[in-house]
Amino acid sequence: MLLGPALAVSGVLFAVGVLGVLLRRNAIVIFMCVELMLNAANLAFVAFAQQLGVAGQIFVFFVMAVAAAEAAVGLAIILAVYRHRQTVDLQNINLLKG
Amino acid sequence: MDGTLVIFWAFAALAVMSALACITRRSAVASALWLVVTLFSLAALFVLLDAQFIAVLQVLVYAGAIMVLFLFVIMLLNLGRAGPTDLKGPLGLGVGVLLAGLLLVQLLVLRQASPVAGGPARPALEQGMIPSVARPLFTAYLVPFEITSVLLLAAIVGAVVLAKRKL
Repeated sequence: MLLGPALAVSGVLFAVGVLGVLLRRNAIVIFMCVELMLNAANLAFVAFAQQLGVAGQIFVFFVMAVAAAEAAVGLAIILAVYRHRQTVDLQNINLLKG
Repeated sequence: MDGTLVIFWAFAALAVMSALACITRRSAVASALWLVVTLFSLAALFVLLDAQFIAVLQVLVYAGAIMVLFLFVIMLLNLGRAGPTDLKGPLGLGVGVLLAGLLLVQLLVLRQASPVAGGPARPALEQGMIPSVARPLFTAYLVPFEITSVLLLAAIVGAVVLAKRKL
């Protein structure tokens, strides 16, 4: 049974994704780390689907659709920000900072 | 330890290592390419977990479509500074030649293999194949499926509105 190892790998990948979001300042790389976290969640879904029925795999479909939509809109936002500020470094994008 | 577990841990290690490389590379292009390696290893893990169709989707949708979108935006923003690659020097050359040779051997072996000629087809694994995934998707999960289409439409409209300078 691969459930335990798969959940461990999923947790590690999610933690790596969180680390990337916290450490990196490039907006695009942060986006890629978010995709990594979604993939870690997908791995957990698939691991449970092996034991508890096919519903987990169907949820992976929905996660993929949401990830695609999120990537399209997010990258459009990054393009719009870049057009105004000429940078995607999040340190320079602090208009809403209190 | 049986073979499946060995392969599982090999791909799991590859996924975690390339994820770490993804978050530590300075260049955005290198990060994106390491993330593609992670996505491919995750596809291999999905196969080992009896989710073959999801693995195919992972390669097609994530590695094929979403990561190309990322690379396209990186190119558009001119973020990929030309820098030294991760595989450099004689070591990089050796690794490159090794991987290319491995691919060549794989292709030659695949060429030898004959397609399933006659005989009874191997009984497909029920779990993870297309019918077992598709049937609930269009019966029990029909409403979420339709809502997903609305979500994608909203994302398309939103992306166009954001990306256009003047409507």
